[in-house]
Amino acid sequence: MSKVHNVAYVRADMLPESPPPPGAAGVVKWLRENLFSGPINTIMTLITIYVVWSVLSAILPWVFNGIWTAGSLNECREIRAARGLDTAACWAVINERWLQILFGFYPTDNPLLARLFYADELAAAGGAEMVFGGGITVTQRVAFVSAMKNELSNSVLFLFGYWRPLAALALLIIAVAPILYSALPRFLLVFSLMYPFVAFFLLWGGSVWLPLLVALGIVAAIMVGRLVSARFGALAGMIAAIVAFLAIFMNPLGFIGVDGLFPLLPQLRSVLDSAMPWGLPYISSDAFGGFMLAIIIGTSGIVLSLPLGIALALGRQSSMPLIKWVCVSFIEVIRGVPLIVWLFTASLLLNYFLPPGTSFDLLLRVIIMVTLFASAYLAEVVRGGLAALPNGQYEAANSLGLDYWKSMRLIILPQALKISIPGIVNTFIGLFKDTTLVVFIGLRDPLGLTNAIRATSEWNGIYWELYIFVGLLFFTFCFFMSRYSMYLEQRLRTDHR
Amino acid sequence: MADVADQPREKFRLGMLLYDVRYRSLTIQVVAAILIMLLLVQLVDNTVTNLAALGKDIRFNFLWSTAGYDINQQLIPFTSQDTHARAAYVGILNTLLVAFLGCILATIIGVLAGVLRLSKNWLIARVMTVYVECMRNTPLLIWILIVFAVMTEATPQPSQFREGGTASMILWDTVAISNRGVFMPRPIWADGSGIVMAILGLSIIGIFVLRYVARKRQEDTGQILPVLPLSLALLIVPVMAAFFLLGRPITLDYPVLGGFNFQGGLQVRNSFIALWLALSLYTSAFIAEIVRSGILAVSNGQTEAAFALGIQPNRTMQLIILPQALRVIIPPLISQYLNLTKNSSLAIAVGYMDVRSTLGGITINQTGRELEGMLLLGIFYLITSLIISGLMNVYNSSVKLKER
Repeated sequence: MSKVHNVAYVRADMLPESPPPPGAAGVVKWLRENLFSGPINTIMTLITIYVVWSVLSAILPWVFNGIWTAGSLNECREIRAARGLDTAACWAVINERWLQILFGFYPTDNPLLARLFYADELAAAGGAEMVFGGGITVTQRVAFVSAMKNELSNSVLFLFGYWRPLAALALLIIAVAPILYSALPRFLLVFSLMYPFVAFFLLWGGSVWLPLLVALGIVAAIMVGRLVSARFGALAGMIAAIVAFLAIFMNPLGFIGVDGLFPLLPQLRSVLDSAMPWGLPYISSDAFGGFMLAIIIGTSGIVLSLPLGIALALGRQSSMPLIKWVCVSFIEVIRGVPLIVWLFTASLLLNYFLPPGTSFDLLLRVIIMVTLFASAYLAEVVRGGLAALPNGQYEAANSLGLDYWKSMRLIILPQALKISIPGIVNTFIGLFKDTTLVVFIGLRDPLGLTNAIRATSEWNGIYWELYIFVGLLFFTFCFFMSRYSMYLEQRLRTDHR
Repeated sequence: MADVADQPREKFRLGMLLYDVRYRSLTIQVVAAILIMLLLVQLVDNTVTNLAALGKDIRFNFLWSTAGYDINQQLIPFTSQDTHARAAYVGILNTLLVAFLGCILATIIGVLAGVLRLSKNWLIARVMTVYVECMRNTPLLIWILIVFAVMTEATPQPSQFREGGTASMILWDTVAISNRGVFMPRPIWADGSGIVMAILGLSIIGIFVLRYVARKRQEDTGQILPVLPLSLALLIVPVMAAFFLLGRPITLDYPVLGGFNFQGGLQVRNSFIALWLALSLYTSAFIAEIVRSGILAVSNGQTEAAFALGIQPNRTMQLIILPQALRVIIPPLISQYLNLTKNSSLAIAVGYMDVRSTLGGITINQTGRELEGMLLLGIFYLITSLIISGLMNVYNSSVKLKER
């Protein structure tokens, strides 16, 4: 030691980091900073804990002590009393009726169920043709089917009895996936375009030729338009496409009293139907109901209202006074009146405005009304996006020599739509939630079905379990939509942050 | 495209209607006008034909015939002998009542929830997020039905309020919440109550004058008047003085249990409470999001700049943050008020007698005048929305950033 006594002390190695004082690290630090950072904060935290505790202590036992198997509300109450519980949810109603809440009174595929699970009984009764065929008495069939349904469990009924709506839903997910996630291969979009016809065939059934021919007719009209526009310009092509469309689907010469070949489609269909009668049993819209109905109305409304809303927004910005005036008054009138009033208009008044003798499906009318309603709201959202773009973008597009449609398609709309994504998705969520309102004009939406279930003697007086189940169904879908919009915003963000 | 004026004037050809940008918009508009006219003619023609086939016509004189039905909540006197027009008026007042009260409650809850969601307190922020997401992602109709079920199924019967019953009145035995409705004291206006109310009105005007004077004084001299205590004093002291000097002209009529129901007092029906609460809770979630985004929209630099200038925190909020945040908040807030007003038509779910139930419901059923009834109903809602959005436009232009 004596050798280095006159050298100043220099520490050559780092001291090990000493641990932070207790209370400035880990859980305690987090609690201090986030929950107890001051007297007011502490009081508020304690009050919140008390409120949350009292709410949860009331609800959670009710939820988790719930009774899952019972035949009626009274049975539920007896079981609850036998178990000595103060509160217990009667989830048995969901367990027994969830198929009804999901599908309403949509018929199960009885022939398939009978073939799969009752082959022997079916053979004894004389085969599928004898039970489900044309000549059989209704009472016999009803007896067979109801005996069959009583024995099958709900999950078997769900999987095999409702395979048509389930297949439509599964295909919907496949059809929507390439639109939602751009990482998926683009050729899948062809299926997305075909999906509406597939879904129509699966859900409504009937002859396979109707959706097929309609699809082919639309394709044919577009092809005619393409061919003509390649030779004679865009405008002539558009006119040709419209004329071809009318020739295929309607009777454009009917005005001057010529019938002849037109319209092409029904004639072709009757030929094909008699030659190859393929199809699924037809199910009328009256049978549709439950959450399936909400999804059908919601999806159709969303898909149809987006292009219409964009068109209205562009029309509202138009420099042509007539177009602008028409769009503004349409948007304001639709937005100024509640959806319920429009739905009542669709169900009560629409027949007054249509040519005498025509009447069409209530479900279709509702979809049209919901679409128009949502498109007016969308138009305002998109207009906000258009207005938010700096004027330079419009001028740049013009100076590149792009015409109106090209500049809109390539420059303006991609940016404007990106800005308005949150608003667009909010409108879609609103549309989906508003599908519950169809209960007031007699369609069987999930909430209407809760009334129907409560009207039975077994489940008279049950409220919360049904509302919670329906609410959770809607919550799941809407929450997914809002999260997706956040993801999309994140992905499309191009500014550097 | 070169400047049009430089070119020699072309002779007008018919093809230019389609291919020349100068004339094309004219062509499109003429075609559109013709199509719209055809559509309208078709609609009117169809309607006239259909109505004629049913033996109906379009007349509004049903409004002056006897209604023949009762309305269970009336803000103005109404009996079944009154006209359909008066029934519609009662319904309009009911719609406006629930919309007005709903807007007030939704604003209070919404502002609270929006501010608390930004709180640094982790727990409170999470609880508020759960509240907002639950409300926004489930249909309003479910909330209306749930609140209605709470009011009718989970509240005690009036007979439970008897001696020895399981229920008791709240707020010093003045308010009873039962499955027949909420019973609360009703004010009785005696002679002289008009004077008290007039003094109250004058006090409120006085508060506005005081605020104006205080601001003027601050701008001129820099002295700050204690506005809040002065306002409170101005609000309370004169009214109380008049009330006691005139010998208490306003008394309260308390609800008392008699027979199978409460007698006296003011009965607020469960349908009204359910609609009001559900509308307010649902809309408040949207307002919370608007308030939150409005506060976040004011950049932090504004607060820092205010502190750097030595402005106190509460005055920073009042003078710097709020005016900027409100410019972002108010327009969507008013459109939420509009939504609430339109959503009040969901009254149909709980049987609250709003304008849709009277004019658009029972009146239509009794007279068979769907077309006229729905038209009037639509016009009422349309006018309401146009008035509110007109006010919003006035506000927007008054707070717009002046760009020079």
